[in-house]
Parts: sequence; structure tokens; C-alpha cells
Amino acid sequence: MATSLVDADTLLAIDVGTMMTRAFFFDAVASSYRFVALGEAPSTYGPPLNDASEGIRAAIDDLQSKTGRTFVNDDEMLISPALANGIGVDTVAATVSAVPPLRILAAGLLDDISVQSARNLASTIYAEIVDSISMNDRRKLSEKIDEILRQRPDLIIVAGGSENGASRSVIKLLDPIGLACYLMPERQRPTVLFAGNSGVAAEVRDALNALAIVATAPNLRPTLESEQLGPAEGELRSLFRKIHSARNPGLGELDAWTSGRLLPGATGFGRMIRFISKNDHRKAVLGVDVGASSTVIAAAHKGDLRQRIYSRLGVGQGLEGMLRQASLARIAGWLPFAASESTVRDYILDKLAHPHTIPMTAEDAAMELALAREVIRGAMLDMRTHIPATFPELRGGLLPAVEPLIVSGSVLAGAPNPGLAMLAILDALEPAGVTVVLADVNNLLPSLGAAAEINGILPVQVLESGVLKSLGTVIAPIGNARTGTLILRIRAALPSGEERKIDVKQGMLTTIPLEVGQRAELHLQPLLRYDVGLGGPGRGGTLKVVGGQMGVVIDARGRPLDLPDDRAKRLSTVQKWYAVMTSK
Amino acid sequence: MVTPITHILPYTTVQRRRLLPREGRVVVRQGQAVRATDVIATAVLKPSHTMLDVAAGLGVTRSAAAGFIERYEGDKLETGDVVARKTGLFNRVVRSPVAGRIVLMTDGYVLIEEKQQPFELQAGIPGEVAELMHEFGAVIETTGALIQGIWGNGMIDFGVLTVLAENPGDELQAGQVDVSLRGAVLMAGTCRSPEAFQRAADQRLRGLILGSMPSELIPAARRLPFPLILTDGFGTVPMNQAAFRLLSTSQKRDIALNAEPHNPETGVRPEILIPLPPSDAETAIEVGRLETGQRVQVMRAPHKGAWGVVESILPGRTLFPNGLRLPAAQVRLEAGESIRVPTANLEIINSS
Repeated sequence: MATSLVDADTLLAIDVGTMMTRAFFFDAVASSYRFVALGEAPSTYGPPLNDASEGIRAAIDDLQSKTGRTFVNDDEMLISPALANGIGVDTVAATVSAVPPLRILAAGLLDDISVQSARNLASTIYAEIVDSISMNDRRKLSEKIDEILRQRPDLIIVAGGSENGASRSVIKLLDPIGLACYLMPERQRPTVLFAGNSGVAAEVRDALNALAIVATAPNLRPTLESEQLGPAEGELRSLFRKIHSARNPGLGELDAWTSGRLLPGATGFGRMIRFISKNDHRKAVLGVDVGASSTVIAAAHKGDLRQRIYSRLGVGQGLEGMLRQASLARIAGWLPFAASESTVRDYILDKLAHPHTIPMTAEDAAMELALAREVIRGAMLDMRTHIPATFPELRGGLLPAVEPLIVSGSVLAGAPNPGLAMLAILDALEPAGVTVVLADVNNLLPSLGAAAEINGILPVQVLESGVLKSLGTVIAPIGNARTGTLILRIRAALPSGEERKIDVKQGMLTTIPLEVGQRAELHLQPLLRYDVGLGGPGRGGTLKVVGGQMGVVIDARGRPLDLPDDRAKRLSTVQKWYAVMTSK
Repeated sequence: MVTPITHILPYTTVQRRRLLPREGRVVVRQGQAVRATDVIATAVLKPSHTMLDVAAGLGVTRSAAAGFIERYEGDKLETGDVVARKTGLFNRVVRSPVAGRIVLMTDGYVLIEEKQQPFELQAGIPGEVAELMHEFGAVIETTGALIQGIWGNGMIDFGVLTVLAENPGDELQAGQVDVSLRGAVLMAGTCRSPEAFQRAADQRLRGLILGSMPSELIPAARRLPFPLILTDGFGTVPMNQAAFRLLSTSQKRDIALNAEPHNPETGVRPEILIPLPPSDAETAIEVGRLETGQRVQVMRAPHKGAWGVVESILPGRTLFPNGLRLPAAQVRLEAGESIRVPTANLEIINSS
């Protein structure tokens, strides 16, 4: 897309993460917006400072030293808009992912309809559901009150009643909420977001106004059959922003810099995945952001975004959830060396005590990637239930047909060895058919998503400039042959003029070297009705590919990935895969 | 650059804010001397309410029910106390099924908050109440030796220190724990034996300090009736020299253990305090900033656990053999070797 910039504004984007705070600077270069530089500093959102300000200013300082530009004055106040001499910045965008999840109570008429919609809405921000209340909840009124008092939610989402539908039962839902609020000290009362039958919104306000801050949003379930989260998401984000800005002075200041547009990082990430999905309607787009304290999965097809935020599931502080949920033996099973469950547990506990640390040895790096695999697999297990049938797929039960597959978060996108990062992605997500794996190495996507609100052209042009680094093209043939059976013939016309033939057998993992940016033509001829995503089982064709850090990866290990149960065999299998992916 | 800091100080002033997880009642006064186990505030964490339907109980309409209620909001009740009464041809009464307090009367209903055993917040460290935090707790201030750990089993207690380890890696054996140690706080390098834990519980120890233990002992450690603090980590890591020196020279001193688990969201860490008479000790700083000359510990392999001194903070980013470019420092290890370490993998050790 060629768009000329008549009046280009500079943009500073701040992202407050759990571990790092980043300051990105964007400016117009040769009539097009470009990502210019990144400044970083450890986040100070949490203890001992409990104020994001210092991390934000240190990241800006780092950015100033890298760009030679000045963004803040001697009093460390942001200079915005920019002065005529170029000092300062025209616009500011900001995202945050460092915050603890909001504690949310989901209330609705029916568990699997309106309560589920309230839960779905909550999953669009960093949140944890602490309880839910519905009409078919058999607890006594006093028990519901007690539970609300015990849980002390930050926010209560009330849904229920289709438009022109139930109203009395919706009002009845408010009984335990109102009574619990009455019994709480005023300053600890939760905010209530009503997103049910709009016909009773005024009555809900009247009933709760004296007891809590009440916000309203469009009905999540305008009809029994349809769920509509989009319009309520804005109101929820606004509450998220207000609650967190009030709790952390630095975030409050950041929100003021952005004129009240501070965004959950995951929302910015999801926006960009949705945007990218509008390019190619044949496949969906998948984004996976594995952070220190949370994991975000965003899948979009033709602009239809499905996103889940898995708070308290990550590779830093989020490992606490892993310790409870994941099998330590499964984590150990991804390692290329023998390790006991207690070695894995010791590692996780050490990491929990020092979540800011960075792996520096091959063993530690492998352990981090093993943890990342289980984090993603755990999240995907749930995510798959939220991906609609309208998303294209090669075969039921597999990951939808996606391209590109975008990974973010330093454990994958910043991994020192791209081959091992790619292997972890393949193991965790098990893509099917052909896809390109891109890495958001600078964690830019959340900020670009936030920037889109104030400058619609900037994210488009920055993306086009190639800020996402290609790890490579993946070809994963799908079929049902025995290990060792010939399933796919590939003839590769490489840029050197060389033609290479590869016979792919079931169970094989191999790569075709192709440097970043180099182009090649692959002729694929699947056998035994194998499906490579070129139009159906047995259908082949010519594929034009662009090289990435790992070139082209042929993953014929089968779906679902089946690892040997025997420890020794499993170890030797994993070691072989490691050897393939590090032999470049 | 803000860097995590661990205190291992022979003499310092410590201030600790001790807060209830929710509002309650503060039961100490400013200036009061407290022991580590003294209760400073209480709160009902798991409230329980009973809703009495007076209208249904008396067989009257909701609007009429209020006229028969003989109690007021705020009234205390014992089990069986009459709440409402209707006299006439057939007398009817509604009695409270629980002991508690009336918190709300509305529309023919009476809501009773049941009497509960409240959660009791302990002082955590011995000292003086320096400041009261209205409805939530207090700041306790004290002077003494402070050692911060990395894991605790959640208990608080105090006693007299008995040092069982001659070296930082010495392992605690079940046979070492006998009746002569009843009421003591023990220190050893490591422990791999659940039997040793059982003996310690049987002998009613008041606390246990270890450099490390294997993580599979966590469930047993959590069941101990006394505090257990790890100073260095999981596995069989010996206790760090500074903590070992400080503890092994404090034999038979009073010692307090607050084994609250490390919480990255609040910054709370397990702590060991050896109270000493007040003097002009400096307050332990809570925000560490990495500087040349500081003592640090390397938190990641290779060199995990090694101590050293920062020789210089390297400018920009340093390329490491694994391909990562990271902010780094040059550190002279105690063993003499000078190495480059990512600053993210360093913790400042505030010790003397």
C-alpha cells in the first residue's frame, strides 16, 4: 500500500510490561512511517517502587540516548506536542501488560449463555473470574453474599436478558450484589458493569447507584443466539484503565499523556492480528504472545477476531499456575537431556523467586522453551474451543489453516537460537499445511495496535517495512501413513539455480536452507492423499516461498504430535529434532 | 537501574508494614513493644451471613413484617434469641439460629453476620509499633541483624538459635534432632530427609533455617508447625557465606523467623531477624540501584549462586556467546575470576 504522508506526526509508544518497559519511537522516513528506535528499562510497576514512572522515564532516557532526540524536559515532563525545533513528540500511545488481573465476578441469567458471555467479555482484558452468579445458582442468597464478600471482586459484569426479553429476573440478579456492596466499606466496593437487556439499564442504575459505581454497555446477548462482545469491550477497557490508573501513579500519568487511551497490551496485539487477517481471506492469522505473567492467543479470519488472555499463565511469574496445572514429566519430556521432575520443579521455583533473570546456558534455554511449550499447549487447549467453524481448517481437531503465525514475547521471539524457537512453536502449536512463522522481536504489535487509534496509517506502513522477522516457512503435510512411508515429494528451485529434490517420509523433520529474503519455488507432490493445504487431500502445486532464519521447515512428524512414552526413546527423538533444528 | 536487593546485615534498622488483607481492627497502640508472634490486628476474612425470612416465619406480608421485629440493626444476638414475635391467638416467634450481629433489616428479612473466629495478623518481627495503619495494621520498627530468604512455609515464630552446621553445606540428619533442642530454632546447610522434619515437629522446634532443600519436600515443609526459611534455593545449594557467618556467630541468641512466602506482587520476602539493642543503625534500603563496587550474587548458570563485586557497568549492550545482546556488568567473583554478567541476572547483596 503506497500512501504519501502530507503531515506526518511523530509518535512515542510506551509499553509497560511485567519485566521490561519499552519506549518506541516512530517517525516518517522517505514519506512513510518507520519504527526508528527502541528504548528499554526494567519495569518499576511492582515492588519495591510500585510506581511505573521510573521505568517509563528510564526507557525514554534510553530512547533519547539512542536517537539523540529529546522527549522530556529538565523536569522529566513529556514535551508533547513537539516544538517547532523538533524537540518532543507529536502523539503518544501506551499499553500495559504488567498489571495483575482484575478480579471479576460474572453474573447472568443462564450459566452457559449470559454468564458465559460475561466471562468471554472478561477474557478480553487481563482478568480472572473469581465467582459467577446465575439464575440457576442453587446457593442461598446469604451464601452468594458471603462469596462476594470473600472474593472482593474489582469488577462485577452483569449480563442477561435479550433485548425486549427478561427484565424481572435480571433485576433479581442484583440482590446479592447490592447487599454485598452495602456490607463492604465504601472505598472497597467493586465497580459494576451492566451489559444486559438495555430496557432495564436505568433500573439497574437506580438499584445500585448508591452502592457502587455503575457503568453500562450494550447488551452482550441482544438475542439468545447471538453474542456481541465488541461494543461492550470499549466500556470494559475504559474501566480497566480507570481502575489501574488509580492504583499505580505511573499508569495514571501515562493515561494522562495518552489522553485516556491507555490500552491493555493484549488489546493492541489482538487489533493487529485482526488487521493482518483482512489481507488474505483463504487462511486465518494466529498470534501467540507468551509473556512473563500472562499468555495471549489471538486468532482472526477476515477481520473476525477471537482472542483469549490467559492471566497468570506465563514463563515468569505466571509459572505459579504451571506448577499447579502442568505435568512436570511432560515439561521434562521436551528437554534434549535427561531431567527429573524435581529438576524441573526446582527450576520453576528458582525462576519464580527471580523472574527477571535471563537464561544464559543451553540447558536453561531448553528449559525455558520446554516451559513455553506447555504454557502454549495449555492455553491452546482452551482456545480451540473458542475458534468458530467458519475459520478454515485442513482437518477437524487441528489448528486452523493459518498464515502467518506470529509469535511474540522474549522466550520465543527473542530466543537466541531461531531453530530451537521454531521447534518449540511447532511442538506447541502443531500447525497444519503451509504457514509462515513471524517473530515480533521488539514486541511492537501491542504498541502498533494502540497507535492505530490515533494514526491509522502508521501501523500499516510500519508493518509493511518488515518489522516482523521471518523464522521461516513451515510445510506440515497431514495424512495417515505409517512412520517411514514416503508421503510427499518436493522439488525446490533455489535462488542459486540449483534444483533440489526431497523425498519426505512420515515422521521426518527437515529443513531447506533459504536465507532471509531470498525467494524459491517449491513444487509439492503429496502422495497417499496427504494434504499440504493446496486445495485438498492429494492436491499438490507450486509454492513461492521467501526465506526466513530457518529457511523452509518440513514437519512431517504427524498431527497430533505423538511422542514415545518410553523415556529413553522420547529423549533420543527429542535430541534428533534438536539436532535438525540447530544444524543450520 | 533498579535491581533486586537481598539484605544480609549484621545490624540495621528494619521497618515492616504489616497489613491485613482486608479491613479489620488494629489491636495495638503506637509505641507498643511487640513480639514476632503478637497479634497486631484482626479481621474476618471469610464472613458468613444468615438471612432470616421474618415475614415467612410469622406468616405475615413483607410490608407488615417490620412491625413485629423486636431488634435493631447493630444488635448482637446469641443463638436462640428472639428476633421477631407476633402475639395473638397463636403466638409465633422467629429466633436467631446463630450468634452474631444484625447488619441489615429490609423487606421482612433480617441479615445476621455470624460471629466468627477472626484471622489474626502477627507482628512478624519483634520491635515497636512505629505507625498505625487505620483498620489495616501497623508499621513495626526494630533494630538487629536481618537476613532475607527466598522461600518460606508461611509460619511465624521465635526462639533461641542453635547452629547445627559447621559448614554451609552440612546436611541436617534426623538423628541430630533430639529432646535437647525442644523450643530451639535450628540452622543447617541443607536437608533432604522428611524424617528430620518429622523429628523437628515431634520435638516442638520453634523454627528451622536452611540454605536449601529439594523441592519435593515442600508439602512436608508446609505441614510443619513452625517456620522454615530457605536462604538460597531449592536442591542442595549450600547456605551463602554471609548468612552462614552471621547465623553461626549468633549461637544462643534470640531469633525471629517470619517465613511468609515470597510474593512478587507485594515484595514480601521471608525474613530472619536477630534483635539487637537500638542504636543509630541505618535503615535497610529497599530500592537497589546497581553501581560499581557493590557486592552482587549471580542468579543464573553459569556461575549461579556465585558472589562477587561489580567492577564496572558496561556501556550499551554486550554480546554474549549465546547470541543475546544485553545490558551487562563486569563482575569480579570471590574466586578471583572476572566475568561479564547480564545485569538482569544480578542481585545486589546488601551485606557487610
